Amino acid sequence: MPPIDIDATVIANARLSSEYSVLSLAAPEVGVRTQPGQFVMVKPAGVSDPLLRRPFSVFEILRDNKGAVIGVSILNKRAGRSTRRLYDLAVGDVVSCLGPLGQPFKPVASPAKAWLVAGGVGLAPFATLAETLALHKTDTTLFYGARTGEELFYLDFFEALGVSLVLATENGARGTKGRVTAPLEASLQALGAGDRAMVYACGPEPMLKAVAELAARYQQPSQVSVERVMGCGLGGCYSCVVPVKHGDEHANLVRSCISGPVFDGAELVWE
Amino acid sequence: MGVMTPDLSVAIGSLTLPNPLIAASGCFGYGLEYDQVVDLSLLGGVVSKGLFMKERQGHPPPRIVETPAGMINAIGLQGIGVHRFVKEKLPLLRERGARTFVNVCGTTLDEYVEVCKVLSQAEGVAAIELNISCPNIKEGGIQFGCSLHGTFDVVSAVRKATTLPVIPKLTPNVTDVASFAKAAEDAGADAVSLVNTFLAMAIDVETRRPRISNVLGGLSGPAIRPIAVRMVWECYQLVKIPVIGMGGITDARDVLEFMLAGATAVQIGTQNFVDPFIWTKVLDGLSEYMTRHRLASVSDLIGAFDPTPPKAGHA
Ligand SMILES: Cc1cc2nc3c(=O)[nH]c(=O)nc-3n(C[C@H](O)[C@H](O)[C@H](O)COP(=O)(O)O)c2cc1C
Repeated sequence: MPPIDIDATVIANARLSSEYSVLSLAAPEVGVRTQPGQFVMVKPAGVSDPLLRRPFSVFEILRDNKGAVIGVSILNKRAGRSTRRLYDLAVGDVVSCLGPLGQPFKPVASPAKAWLVAGGVGLAPFATLAETLALHKTDTTLFYGARTGEELFYLDFFEALGVSLVLATENGARGTKGRVTAPLEASLQALGAGDRAMVYACGPEPMLKAVAELAARYQQPSQVSVERVMGCGLGGCYSCVVPVKHGDEHANLVRSCISGPVFDGAELVWE
Repeated sequence: MGVMTPDLSVAIGSLTLPNPLIAASGCFGYGLEYDQVVDLSLLGGVVSKGLFMKERQGHPPPRIVETPAGMINAIGLQGIGVHRFVKEKLPLLRERGARTFVNVCGTTLDEYVEVCKVLSQAEGVAAIELNISCPNIKEGGIQFGCSLHGTFDVVSAVRKATTLPVIPKLTPNVTDVASFAKAAEDAGADAVSLVNTFLAMAIDVETRRPRISNVLGGLSGPAIRPIAVRMVWECYQLVKIPVIGMGGITDARDVLEFMLAGATAVQIGTQNFVDPFIWTKVLDGLSEYMTRHRLASVSDLIGAFDPTPPKAGHA
């Protein structure tokens, strides 16, 4: 199915903190087609600065009270000029929204468990994945790390889906103190022989590397969503490449926009 | 009088294109990436990503950075090589009715010639765009494009090796780009295309490090448009062969500006990243302009720029 481009009206821009916001867009045509892990390319409409769109995982698929899809939201972290503009958008503003794009996560079903490992804004693709896993009645755990307790968002959302939470904060305010990879490793160690957990990861690259390596060490499969600087989202520019290796071949630089952003963790080559 | 559909077709040597819009090299993958968003046969032409004889990995990421009204890239000509292109991409492009221009790279004069020979034997190549202007790789290309002799020699050699239309793509990183267009014409080129990107750099002041891995890269996008328009006009005045213009085109008005300055056709690169659905919008804009100005044929606009100074006091 081809992606579509919509001038989407901002329905809400909920500031979760001075850095994070959830930007809700009226883009039903994008929402109905989106699978967990896919992304959209967005920028404020009619604006030439910033010139290029930015990629965002679809965070939520928005529905009205009758259950009809009305749009999508993205989890935005104010970092550069472009994300600052998105943070500042008001209800009624218009955003160019192209999508859905990229390869989605492959959901697992029981008896396999699903372990979602999120670092910071890397929570984004896991809201829709958790919903899909809940439909499959898959036993799901979210390992979620952030800098502080206030930056752990949407915990109620995941709990309402029946997802178990394992939290970690850098300052120790909530959950384990330190990296989320520590409780992940403990859980991998505790897996019984023959147990299978699909490890999904999204977050900063050092975390992705650590998670993929841990999963491999404990002989569990992983699916990793990478985030690279992207120009077009459609495979046109070759900006967003990552090294990928199949079997014994030498690594090739492949476009994360069309071959990813979700990759088999065992096939990614880390710098 | 009945409603006339404006004639958007243009001729580049023996090639007739249904309209002057061509997708620029490196900004449209191998064309097939865009199969789902645009009917490739609708475009005047599609230029492939730059191709060498062999596959190339390109530069490590980050490969692009956005700058005011533009972007700097140093992709480093990652590509599948001409043989795989001919085998895997060309038949599909042909099936879709695309007029395929192949952007040819080389590290040596011989490599340019060899790649062109391979393409001459393939079915479905409309023209060769000789990339002698990539600013991002050390070996090859630019050493020809920055020397008048180099330009003449590589175009002459390729001219002898193929009957396909040969279109050298010129770099703007020279003092007098028109003299390079002339050297290309003298060597038997069928047309020239310009501009490739402007050599540029951007620094992260927090880390004091470059914003892209290659340090230097090429600037494209609206930021370069006025310089590109000037260069197209300079070339148009000096050579008789068609000029294909590009640099920062975002809409129909930008296309018209290049055509008035002397471009027979234009290419759109960076804006296709911003809006992959741009093509029909620009075509509609061109038709609208022609209807409004009662023009029958878009080719009447080529070089129709009137250099009479504008009146003072008009914004
Ligand atoms: C990401 C990127 C990759 C490019 N790759 C090539 C290439 O392989 N060969 C080439 O001749 N020009 C290449 N170019 C240059 C464009 O074809 C074009 O000349 C330039 O970008 C100016 O046009 P624009 O402002 O419309 O993008 C590339 C440009 C960009 C932005």
